[in-house]
Amino acid sequence: MSEPLVSFRNVSKAYGAVRALDGASFSIDAGEVVALVGDNGAGKSTLVKVMAGTIIPDTAEIVFEGRPVRIHHPNDATALGIATVYQDLALCNNLDVVANLFLGQEENQGSVLDEVEMERETRDLLAELAIHPRSLRVPIGSLSGGQRQSVAIARSLLGKPRMVILDEPTAALGLAQKQQVLDLIKRLQARGLAVVLISHNLAEVFEVCDRVEVLRLGRNVASYPCDEKHRDDVVAAITGARMISAAASS
Amino acid sequence: MTDVQTKTPPTSAPPQADRPEDPTVRSLLRHFVRSESATGIGFVQVVVGLALIWTIFAVLNPNFLSPTNLTNLSLQIVAVAAIGIGVVLVLLLGEIDLSIGSVSGLGATAMAALNVKLGVPPLLAIALALLGGAVIGLVQGTIVAAFGVPSFIVTLGGLIGWQGLQLFIFDFTGAMNVTNPLILGLTGTFLAPWVGWLLLLGGLAIRAALVMRVRARRARAGLVNVRPLVEAVRFGILAIIPAAVIVMFVQDRGIPVAVLIVVALLMLMDFVARRTLFGRRIYAVGGDAQAAARVGMNVRRITVYVFMLSGTFAALGGVLSASRLQSVTQGAGSGGILLDAIAAVVIGGTSLFGGRGSVWSALLGALVIGSISNGMDLLALASPVKLMITGAVLITAVIFDASVRRRQAR
Repeated sequence: MSEPLVSFRNVSKAYGAVRALDGASFSIDAGEVVALVGDNGAGKSTLVKVMAGTIIPDTAEIVFEGRPVRIHHPNDATALGIATVYQDLALCNNLDVVANLFLGQEENQGSVLDEVEMERETRDLLAELAIHPRSLRVPIGSLSGGQRQSVAIARSLLGKPRMVILDEPTAALGLAQKQQVLDLIKRLQARGLAVVLISHNLAEVFEVCDRVEVLRLGRNVASYPCDEKHRDDVVAAITGARMISAAASS
Repeated sequence: MTDVQTKTPPTSAPPQADRPEDPTVRSLLRHFVRSESATGIGFVQVVVGLALIWTIFAVLNPNFLSPTNLTNLSLQIVAVAAIGIGVVLVLLLGEIDLSIGSVSGLGATAMAALNVKLGVPPLLAIALALLGGAVIGLVQGTIVAAFGVPSFIVTLGGLIGWQGLQLFIFDFTGAMNVTNPLILGLTGTFLAPWVGWLLLLGGLAIRAALVMRVRARRARAGLVNVRPLVEAVRFGILAIIPAAVIVMFVQDRGIPVAVLIVVALLMLMDFVARRTLFGRRIYAVGGDAQAAARVGMNVRRITVYVFMLSGTFAALGGVLSASRLQSVTQGAGSGGILLDAIAAVVIGGTSLFGGRGSVWSALLGALVIGSISNGMDLLALASPVKLMITGAVLITAVIFDASVRRRQAR
């Protein structure tokens, strides 16, 4: 069996007396979509922050493509090719699609913006991902939530990452828009990216993921291949009912 | 107002709505009326309002539209327009600078004291006054950025404090008459017609070359270009307006240097705001400071730079006022100039809530405010009446703006 793209082992993080992560682990392959699920306080967001480099764990063994690495700063994660799309998207509603896609990394020549180049790259990237805003030059605030989410995800691809972390990408979306984002996740997978999906919505988890990892109280409690037949097991693992049923059946 | 427009959740477009961009003359006109983009303002609204004001005053007093009066009007507004440039940048950032009036007065005072009392050469005196404005902006911007104190409070303190410093200087100097020909020449020099025509032709030639280059690049990249007809209309508007202004100036004393200076600064800062990394960061911070910080922009540094620019332009406005009034008194910079500059920029279409507006709104708004004031002077209206009418016009402009934007948000 080949090495995973990245693996995190024995990740622990305590906030005072609260152990947010207690020896958790996570690994993902290129081209794999893995859902990270768990109840509130299970440690999902802490684990994501460790992956993104925004917090430094107390303990962690991180192996990226077979070599041990450290992620102590968001720049470390970026350098490894780990991109994160946070729930709040970090878009400027007053600026257009092109400006938002390149926000903070604008193409320029001697600090004069190169709008032609940025618009060309935007058009190519969005076409590749089948994202079709009504115009590249409308303020992003006038687009639908699904399209804004899509633009935020597209932006994370500009740095040519190997792995993308999506934090609740569909939480605030309507049904049709959710589907847009799920389709986009499938296209990311088709491009060979590893996708980590944080979600509360098991229906969409089962639709797009290859594997689902369940966290509970800072530990991994279960891992299932994505198949509707494991749905009840996943729910049980999230709520902590699994131990009881497992004990009962044995 | 504008936040309604930016924050209202949009009705969802059909997910696959793949409408090719096809800018037409109609969409260009629409762009002028209610621009969707952050850098655009509803120019037509302001121009229609201005035309209305001019018509009313022209009917009441035919002298209003005489070349002499219009030249006077343009000299009356250069100070407010110059200060307004800084105000636009601060408002785009989503902040406010209430110290601009005091800083303009202090700038004028410093320049006059240096030149009149200490014999410092005029250009150096002006440069030091502008530098002083920048330093004041540096202090205020740093307090806003480093301590997170609302700019409203910091610059309110500045409004009071810098006025105090100005009065302190006057304790030593007393009122000063500015006599240096170079300083007076800033607003008292008029150039021959050919200078204006040469600058216009040169400017249009450069613009045409740039437009052709961008069109060629876009075509090579396979991007849609605006139709040539639309480009021609746009170019025509950009040629006709300055040409008409030059024709008007020429019938009076000539092309005022002060107007050239302010227009050059407007063009420069418009370029900075719309076409450079720094400008894009200002719009981004004003649109969503958290998002800007999240993508790695240094929000604090941008804030400090913008306040420095605001202070510099305020001091420049003070210098221009001193040049036109040929004296600096204790009252310089107090009174109406602060609110005139902020009101002008808002009337000109820049949002008070950050992230939306254009540098040109400083000029358009200054024209509106200046026209009202000038016209009422011609009609010899009493001061109380003038104040009430100016206030009413400001509120009307803002209501109009708000209602247009709300309609646009739907």
